[in-house]
Amino acid sequence: MEAFTRLDAAAAPLPLANIDTDQIIPKQFLKTVERAGLAKGLFYEYRFDEQGREIPDFVLNQPAYKGAGVLIAGDNFGCGSSREHAPWALMDFGIRCVISTSFADIFYNNCFQNGLLPVVLKADEVRQLMDEARGGNHVVSVDLEAQTVTSPSGAVFRFEIDPKRKAKMLKGLDAIGETLEAAPAIDTYEMKRALSQPWLEGA
Amino acid sequence: MRAMPGKTLYDKIWDAHVVDEQDGEAILYIDLHLIHEVTTPQAFAGLRANRRGVRRPDRTLAVADHNVPTEDQDLGVDAVQDEEARLQLQTLGKNVAEYGIEYFPMGDVRNGIVHVVGPEQGRTQPGMTIVCGDSHTSTHGAFGALAHGIGTSEVEHVLATQTLRQKKAKNFRVRIEGEPAPGVGAKDFALAVIGVIGTAGGTGYVIEYAGSAVRGLSMEGRMTLCNLTIEGGARAGLVAPDETTFDYLRGRPSAPKGGGWEMAVGYWKTLFSDDDAVFDREIVLDAAQIAPSVTWGTSPEDVIPVTGTVPAPDSFATPDKRASAARALDYMGLAAGQPITEAKVDVVFIGSCTNSRIEDMRAAAKVVEGRRVADGVRAMVVPGSGLVRAQAEEEGLDEVFKAAGFEWREPGCSMCLGMNPDRLTPGQRCASTSNRNFEGRQGRGGRTHLMSPAMAAAAAVTGHIVDVRELL
Repeated sequence: MEAFTRLDAAAAPLPLANIDTDQIIPKQFLKTVERAGLAKGLFYEYRFDEQGREIPDFVLNQPAYKGAGVLIAGDNFGCGSSREHAPWALMDFGIRCVISTSFADIFYNNCFQNGLLPVVLKADEVRQLMDEARGGNHVVSVDLEAQTVTSPSGAVFRFEIDPKRKAKMLKGLDAIGETLEAAPAIDTYEMKRALSQPWLEGA
Repeated sequence: MRAMPGKTLYDKIWDAHVVDEQDGEAILYIDLHLIHEVTTPQAFAGLRANRRGVRRPDRTLAVADHNVPTEDQDLGVDAVQDEEARLQLQTLGKNVAEYGIEYFPMGDVRNGIVHVVGPEQGRTQPGMTIVCGDSHTSTHGAFGALAHGIGTSEVEHVLATQTLRQKKAKNFRVRIEGEPAPGVGAKDFALAVIGVIGTAGGTGYVIEYAGSAVRGLSMEGRMTLCNLTIEGGARAGLVAPDETTFDYLRGRPSAPKGGGWEMAVGYWKTLFSDDDAVFDREIVLDAAQIAPSVTWGTSPEDVIPVTGTVPAPDSFATPDKRASAARALDYMGLAAGQPITEAKVDVVFIGSCTNSRIEDMRAAAKVVEGRRVADGVRAMVVPGSGLVRAQAEEEGLDEVFKAAGFEWREPGCSMCLGMNPDRLTPGQRCASTSNRNFEGRQGRGGRTHLMSPAMAAAAAVTGHIVDVRELL
């Protein structure tokens, strides 16, 4: 997993609530057996019309936001399908941080598996960031160590994050390796369970 | 007085599965891992790259469901025209063979939608922890199992360790009390709950469904209710197991046998929320007040009774919600104030992990019997598994559907998400028993109205959204 420490990047505003993972990456891109190369499908139906031409109005198609590294979105971002292709597509497109008032649980978890930082701010803070990002200067700074987002005009917003998740994200640590260190505890658990709930064995 | 408050059902299942806990994050043991072709190839590739194995292939079950065409399944993967989909299915076949995982491939009568197959085989049991790389894993909560969707990285984690790193969620109880009106069932309950709490209302919670109306539901109904829990933002839904649960499970292929059955039932009977358990949130709905429900927009929370009208964007509280509602009306081709029954349908889809079980087939067939699909409407039934299909055929339900002009198809996720060839074309309006009315979900530009199987059947025979109670 890619580590996340600090990011200075253009932020693209996407002021819609309930953006689901079907919008983030539509079904036709889920047939891949790879993790890479999903940028082409990101927000596909927002970015391209039925003939495959770019829709110029969509924020990520506007020249000012083409290299955006941060997305600012409405409530409940990432709801719906559990597809991890959503964070993969965002990352592949170059987006490393999504800011919203709230995230759906599964998407939120998936972000931390991939070095994509989901930042929860208050509604008025998200609104201010969106307003500023619509102006001439779109660059925001996201500092995970300090847990702050600095707006283009210099306003600083602090965000909360689980300390364990933060530590893993800062170092880019792999959760499986860490869990495998607990293998003896898993062995013990399985042995106890086999005695107390024998019907579960040999299913 | 007791020093400790009682435990909720969720607390009990959680506590029974904690292997280790540090700083509020638990390593939770997973009893059953269900896998399918779409969210696993990258997980197996990750295992291989790191020279890791599958810890418990015997606690893992694979099906082919998301991509599969709903015809010619006896040809196996050769029936799949789409090359990428075929490769994904072949990849699953190779992976399960390499790691020794039981697999019901296309054409096997036991194959079908993962959330239909697990319960049907008796793999899903009370008190278990169950995960799958699919958000509708919440379905299995109907058995009093803690079940939720995970991402592909977590699939890899479970394959390698048979555990998942989790933070405990909060407890939310939804009580539905009283007697529902005829024609009103689990789907209407579920949509009504989402209408009340919103699509993010359950975020951070596990929901336990309780109350006399929930007790009165069959296992199929409870699965529908728990299935849609994720659409309210909660990862998992639960119904405490009872005689209805035990009756459903008894004799299923993977259910405990002999003395094991008695022991298991003894344990399962301890799985309920204590009287003095504390819930962080609770709501109560009166079943008698719930009408057949339909969605008007592009989020499952955009729900109204079938007797209602399409709401105006101005009626929403925040600018984002107003923008989303306006966008939804435009996308759906509906006007504020319009009675929802004016919406004419082009396609009717009866299927998906929400509503493709035998009881759903029966409910739809009851409405269809003696009637014809309206002119210009394409109506299809996609049973949830080969076994559901066989059971329905034994009961003659296929004949009822076919005589009315329905397509009687082979099992799979099908038009719920349109990964296979079953898709809407732009502008088509669909009465669907599935779970998501998102933009483009059933096909680019497709307009989805979620409803119960009986309501979808009624829409098929009348050609528009209609209150099924008028046809009963």
